[in-house]
Amino acid sequence: MEVSTNQDYGSKTMTKVKQRKDTLLARLKQNKIAYFSLWFLIILHLIVFLGPFFWTINPEELQEVGSLAGWSLQHPFGTDDLSRDVFARMLHGGRVTLLVGLAAMLFALLIGTLVGACAGYFGKFVESVLMRITEAMMAIPNFFFVLVALTVLGTSPVMVVVVIALCGWMEIARVVYGETLKWKEYEFVEAANASGARSIRILTKYIIPQIIPSIIVSGTLTIAAAILTESAISYLGLGIQPPTPTWGNMLQNSQQYIWTAPVLGILPGAAITIVVLAYNFLGDGLRDALDPKYVKK
Amino acid sequence: MCVKHTSIPNKKYSGGDEVLRFLLNRLGQSAILLLIVTIITFFLINLAPGGPASTMRMDASPEERQAMVEKLGLDQPIHIRYIDWITNALKGDLGVSFTSSEPVVQRIAERLPYTIELTVFTIILSITIGILFGVISAIKRGKAQDHVINFFSVLGLSVPAFWLGLMLILLFSINLGWLPSSGVGARGADFNFWGWISHLIMPVLILTTTVLPNIVRFTRSSMLEVISQNYIRTARAKGAKESIVLYVHALRNALIPVVTIIGVLIPRLLSGAVITEAIFGWTGIGTLILEAARGRDYPLVMGVTVVITVVVVLCNLIVDLIYSRIDPRVKNV
Repeated sequence: MEVSTNQDYGSKTMTKVKQRKDTLLARLKQNKIAYFSLWFLIILHLIVFLGPFFWTINPEELQEVGSLAGWSLQHPFGTDDLSRDVFARMLHGGRVTLLVGLAAMLFALLIGTLVGACAGYFGKFVESVLMRITEAMMAIPNFFFVLVALTVLGTSPVMVVVVIALCGWMEIARVVYGETLKWKEYEFVEAANASGARSIRILTKYIIPQIIPSIIVSGTLTIAAAILTESAISYLGLGIQPPTPTWGNMLQNSQQYIWTAPVLGILPGAAITIVVLAYNFLGDGLRDALDPKYVKK
Repeated sequence: MCVKHTSIPNKKYSGGDEVLRFLLNRLGQSAILLLIVTIITFFLINLAPGGPASTMRMDASPEERQAMVEKLGLDQPIHIRYIDWITNALKGDLGVSFTSSEPVVQRIAERLPYTIELTVFTIILSITIGILFGVISAIKRGKAQDHVINFFSVLGLSVPAFWLGLMLILLFSINLGWLPSSGVGARGADFNFWGWISHLIMPVLILTTTVLPNIVRFTRSSMLEVISQNYIRTARAKGAKESIVLYVHALRNALIPVVTIIGVLIPRLLSGAVITEAIFGWTGIGTLILEAARGRDYPLVMGVTVVITVVVVLCNLIVDLIYSRIDPRVKNV
């Protein structure tokens, strides 16, 4: 008997958890643009990350058809000014761009969550110092610092990721800060406190798991911003350097060939726009779906 | 930034005294912010591999190198150099540019007006359009207009400014030949109105797209919040016309917080100005920092960063001051 009640209890919580997940996805499904963006992004990431295994042309290798060649079966998007295959460069460039966006987002999440959670949880001196820094970082034009830092520290992919993340964690910190303030007042956190758990354990085991939905929303929007920043600094020639392709640095020289090979200028820009658009729609959709004020249509 | 809303004013208004205290408080905070910015930038530049001495030509002889190091005081420890720099900066001397041998202050003063011109037009345009679309979007919530405006807001947030600029140049300069693709137009004696405006149109449009979506979304949510308030229901209940309720009662209160977004947007505007100026060859402060960064002209980099931060801090101060005057619920901390 005892065993079966235990099992019952277990299955009950399982269905409860499952229901919660279902409603999130169901809510997201109602927002057609956001749901479509989710699928679009999944498929696009698959194409970009798996594509190069099937499309085996080296993106840095010069092709026999010559430079600025048009459409053909061998080269669906033609070749660029140095007679490299544009399709292969789009795939490999997409890999780099999306990875930089993803890595910068993860790093920014780490800093933002750390700062926000510490400020919210510890309060007092820690709070005022950390939140003043956050506000100060938001009040200065970051892009100037991105440019200065990359000029001084060099433009390796790691440096690009670090610099973008260092200038993009503040919004996350503010969200996490607000949420931490809210959750630390709950009984289960106070109970953990009373039972003598250490602050670090309370933060990681009790508070941060509650904030994860908000963190996912911020993360989605941060990827969008990071991809845009990466492409902007690449366009200015301070990002990841050629011959490694990124969607941003592919646009660098395209301005000169806009007449002879418009695809060179249009394609990478359109790709950036569509990916960032999809991430933004998904982020907005997730935020609406997680909003407690959400009303079912 | 540092304003708190309280529903009940817990202090009686005590005239200019409070405003003065608020001003001093904010000035103090701003000074600390400025100090930190200069320290970070200065150490970043000076501790970098190579450092300022790496700007020398590769073929420079050891003697020449030594002469330059001494001339620039690079043989001094870094904290001494920083103190030297900050004392001079406080006197209004930001040093001499490496690449042009002109005073940094002079080079910035030449360029700053162009950026101010660009940003002022952008602020005027984006605030008028932004408030209009934000209000339409809020009033028509859930309807087609709202969806269309929302779609274009997200699109505006997503399109890379430099790419949109490229497409505009392709359309208006190359294809149609209506607008010049770069430059600031003739100034001084050769100034003519159409030449000036035609050079401004595309840069202002591009810069506007970088901040417009934020203003639209902010106005929309502010308006929606006000519409759900009790006094709006009261206004409707007493039989006021819907248009009067919306445009007289709601809009006036919805616009108060919109003032704050100007403060938030100024750093964004200046960041956006770097890219916009680069696309259109607009000789403002954005292209100056690019030239300085590419030429590793460190005094110039320092100078531009400091001036930009001062501008941003001052703008924020003014915005906060205006806000505290127009919204009686705001208590300054």
